[in-house]
Amino acid sequence: MKLLVKGGRVIDPASGMDQLADVLIQDGKVMGIDRNISIDEGEMLDASGKLVCPGFIDIHVHLREPGFEYKEDIATGTRAAAAGGFATICCMPNTDPVIDNAAVTSFVRERSRKAGVVNVLPIGAVTRRQEGNELAEIAEMVAAGCVAISDDGRPVMRADIMRYALEYSKMFQIPVMSHCEDLHLSKGGQMHEGFFSTIYGLKGIPAEAEEVMVARDLLLAKLTGAHLHLCHVSTAGSIQMIKRAKSEGVHVTCEVTPHHLTLTDEIVGSYDTDTKVNPPLRSQEHLETLWKALKDGTIDCIATDHAPHHFESKDCEYELAASGISGLETAVPVVMSLVHKGILDLKTMVEKMSLGPARVLGLDRGRLEVGAIADLTIIDPEAVRTVDPAKFYSQGKNTPFKGLEYKGWPYATIVAGKIVARDGIIA
Amino acid sequence: MQRKDLLGLYDLSREEIELILNTAQPMKDIIQRDIKKVPTLRGKALVTVFYENSTRTRTSFEIAGKYLSADTVNLGVSTSSVQKGESLRDTIKTLEVMGFDVMIIRHSMSGTPHYIARNTKMSVINAGDGTNEHPTQALLDLFTIREHKGHLDGLKVAIVGDILHSRVARSNIYGLKKFGCEVRVVGPATLLPPGLDRLGVKWYYSLEEALQGVDVINVLRIQRERQQVGFFPSLDEYANLYMLRPEHLHLAKKDVLVLHPGPMNRGVEISSQIADGVQAVINEQVTNGVAVRMAILYLMMGGIRDEIAG
Repeated sequence: MKLLVKGGRVIDPASGMDQLADVLIQDGKVMGIDRNISIDEGEMLDASGKLVCPGFIDIHVHLREPGFEYKEDIATGTRAAAAGGFATICCMPNTDPVIDNAAVTSFVRERSRKAGVVNVLPIGAVTRRQEGNELAEIAEMVAAGCVAISDDGRPVMRADIMRYALEYSKMFQIPVMSHCEDLHLSKGGQMHEGFFSTIYGLKGIPAEAEEVMVARDLLLAKLTGAHLHLCHVSTAGSIQMIKRAKSEGVHVTCEVTPHHLTLTDEIVGSYDTDTKVNPPLRSQEHLETLWKALKDGTIDCIATDHAPHHFESKDCEYELAASGISGLETAVPVVMSLVHKGILDLKTMVEKMSLGPARVLGLDRGRLEVGAIADLTIIDPEAVRTVDPAKFYSQGKNTPFKGLEYKGWPYATIVAGKIVARDGIIA
Repeated sequence: MQRKDLLGLYDLSREEIELILNTAQPMKDIIQRDIKKVPTLRGKALVTVFYENSTRTRTSFEIAGKYLSADTVNLGVSTSSVQKGESLRDTIKTLEVMGFDVMIIRHSMSGTPHYIARNTKMSVINAGDGTNEHPTQALLDLFTIREHKGHLDGLKVAIVGDILHSRVARSNIYGLKKFGCEVRVVGPATLLPPGLDRLGVKWYYSLEEALQGVDVINVLRIQRERQQVGFFPSLDEYANLYMLRPEHLHLAKKDVLVLHPGPMNRGVEISSQIADGVQAVINEQVTNGVAVRMAILYLMMGGIRDEIAG
């Protein structure tokens, strides 16, 4: 079975390619990238005017299955990913039961094969039940298919446990993905601490609640020589420390979310609970530092922290509302808005959403070259649409981007040579 | 007044504040009459929903409604189905379909009146939300100050105490700044919020410095719970540093006014000599609170202005 992606602008950050070309796919692999390829049989996808990129990878997704299928499940979450332009997603272990052993890992992989429409790579827990006290069975989880370990959402507060996790992870060449938050400094906090938390009368979470733990984890990464990956970095102080650590040779990578790149704490004044997220939306100065860090390479990748919630967990008092944003189906247009504004160039955007995340996890993906797995994300840079959560494939309609108009949307998502979504619609 | 809800002073214009204060004056006259009832809001219904304990604010709203002949109902949280686990949205809907025109809400969580306002046709009046705003308290403070000083413009006002957690402080700051007042706040460093400079508010750690030359001192109630979670070491130390005493008044203008939103902790944030002294207008604030709330109910429930003035 052949598929010819015809006439698109092919962007491959790994090789530096950025030119009009056709991409020939056969049997799930890229067979040719060239001008004027023609085929006698098979399917043709007209990509003229479109951007043809390596399949996008989101290394930070909450699929909620098993245990919280009322928020999201593997079927709906992977469809949201496909519609949003992602060919591969990594799912966090804060499920019920927690992905803290081989059996749950296998369950998630099996369910993904049966019910999913994109590649799903599970992330295992650092500690049993994510309780922060004893290491989970990391070797067994890796053998069953986990690509990293993380206690995301429940930071590892004990420095000794974090140290052991980092040391132990070295045996498997997997990163420890750390959600940096000092729970004492952030206790009761609802939004970024600053001028607007004063104005809105909501308890603030200082930038330092994140930075204290970034500092600790960087020191432990240096001590152990392990690969530390910092999740959803949101502050200028974190960026400065990461930059310095990288220059000193510490093995650290980090991600940033589309919402932390584009929204500020000012919008919390609506008390719209869809603006509540952890870490919180920061102030303009932090945003500008994140933009620079994307460009200079301090930030390795963009990840959504897709956190779907049930309607009722958001339809309530701000303090009682769950934290999180349903992000898979808005990531591409939101990041494209930075491209249109000249804040980010297209090549960097594509890199941070494909090759960058692949490198963080050591995945053999994120390249568009002959012989590669045929995962492709095709973007229509001119398409204009308004974010309508009612049309999300995700069960989580919780997005602060609702009602906003964006230009530049996913046009097609191809997974192993198969078109799984087209113009936001699942095939 | 062209608005459905009264949620805070942050987004009230100076003109709207003046309209409320001007309307409160004839209301105060009504309270001082022998027969204190006017038929203005006959046939209208209001409900007070207090998720936090309060005697004076709730009573003040209730009697304000009654003086204007509105039907008033108080929903005590302990007696409501909230105790049975009803969601806030369902509670709101239930009250709305019973036909209430106005819902007066106090809640321990900031922004809850805003959430309610978005989800109901009723007019919503914020009677204090978490650490955000307490607009009717600030309006009665402004009314009281204006009554004594004749105007608000350019006055120097010091607010003393737990600014970080105070909705009274926030609403006062927003209101006073709209009249070009010099607003000073003073309290322990742990109880001053960030961003005061950007708000145009001067801040002090020293009570003595903050009181120099001020026209008004607004003393906030200190919550004992704040000590338990570590904001300051002891109530004694707090009182030593921040309790308003007679000797402090010499630092301020001769005709300084002392306000307190109540209930007072005598001997903690305010000494009895001050509380009972001639500069204190704490009881007047309570009377004015009824007048201001009558004005707000009247303006929001669509009475005819001439009826009152006449």
